[in-house]
Amino acid sequence: MKILSALVFGAIFGLGIAISGMINPAKVLNFFDIAGSWDPSLAFVMAGALAVAMPGYALVLRRRARPLLAPTFSLPARKIIDRQLVGGAAVFGIGWGIAGFCPGGALPALALFDRDTVLFLAAMIAGMVAARQIMKARGTTPDRQEEPGSQRA
Amino acid sequence: MTAFTPLTSFAGGALIGLSALLLMAFHGRVAGMTGILAGVLPPLASDWGWRAAFLAGSVLSPLAYPALGGSIGFSVPVAPLALAVGGVFVGIGVTFGAGCPSGHGVCGLSLLSPRSLVATATFMLAAFVTVFVIRHML
Repeated sequence: MKILSALVFGAIFGLGIAISGMINPAKVLNFFDIAGSWDPSLAFVMAGALAVAMPGYALVLRRRARPLLAPTFSLPARKIIDRQLVGGAAVFGIGWGIAGFCPGGALPALALFDRDTVLFLAAMIAGMVAARQIMKARGTTPDRQEEPGSQRA
Repeated sequence: MTAFTPLTSFAGGALIGLSALLLMAFHGRVAGMTGILAGVLPPLASDWGWRAAFLAGSVLSPLAYPALGGSIGFSVPVAPLALAVGGVFVGIGVTFGAGCPSGHGVCGLSLLSPRSLVATATFMLAAFVTVFVIRHML
């Protein structure tokens, strides 16, 4: 049931990525090109996502003590804003501006059978694995919420 | 040029938000692509099953959509070397930054997380500056 539902939720995610234009690096890069061929569409993607998720989360987390298929809500436990967060986000933003792909856009793009997507994903995964090795060596852990975090009732 | 598509982009965004909401309501999980993908990379997370299923689903629907009569705009106006460099930057950045637009931008902001607000503002600003430098200064 968990596997099947995750497959369906992933499919909804991928469809949203495809329909919204987040799957398309040309559109993503034009969103960031305010001084050139600006295409403000992606602001509407964000607006659409937040319009559903923000009130939806509030409702679910307020009304329910636990999720329907799991014992606890696994929310991000880390609260501090440090150099690792800001530096990582800055490096990601530079890469996003160079390539036009983000993780959530690139994975569904595999469906379009384009060599560029595979090249980007291979490089991205290499970067992720390398970064986790570095974090492990430094004794810091990636914040990937494998363990249940702070629970909200 | 790409066409301005406020309606389909908003509708697609709403589906992304719906996916995030359902994953929270049913699994109690944040729908961040970085975190979900990290769990199926070595070292494998103990709960890799639902992660792999979510990732598979996210590829299956764009595969099926054109067969059902939809069309997906896609072009990559980026040279292979830049894609590889950008990919490595993205992989390193989302790992240290603990998230990408889906995790920080959609889920984190929906949880009213100050961490996610800072991360989202940072990567958006960095991307705006990067595209400006590449397209208008180099």
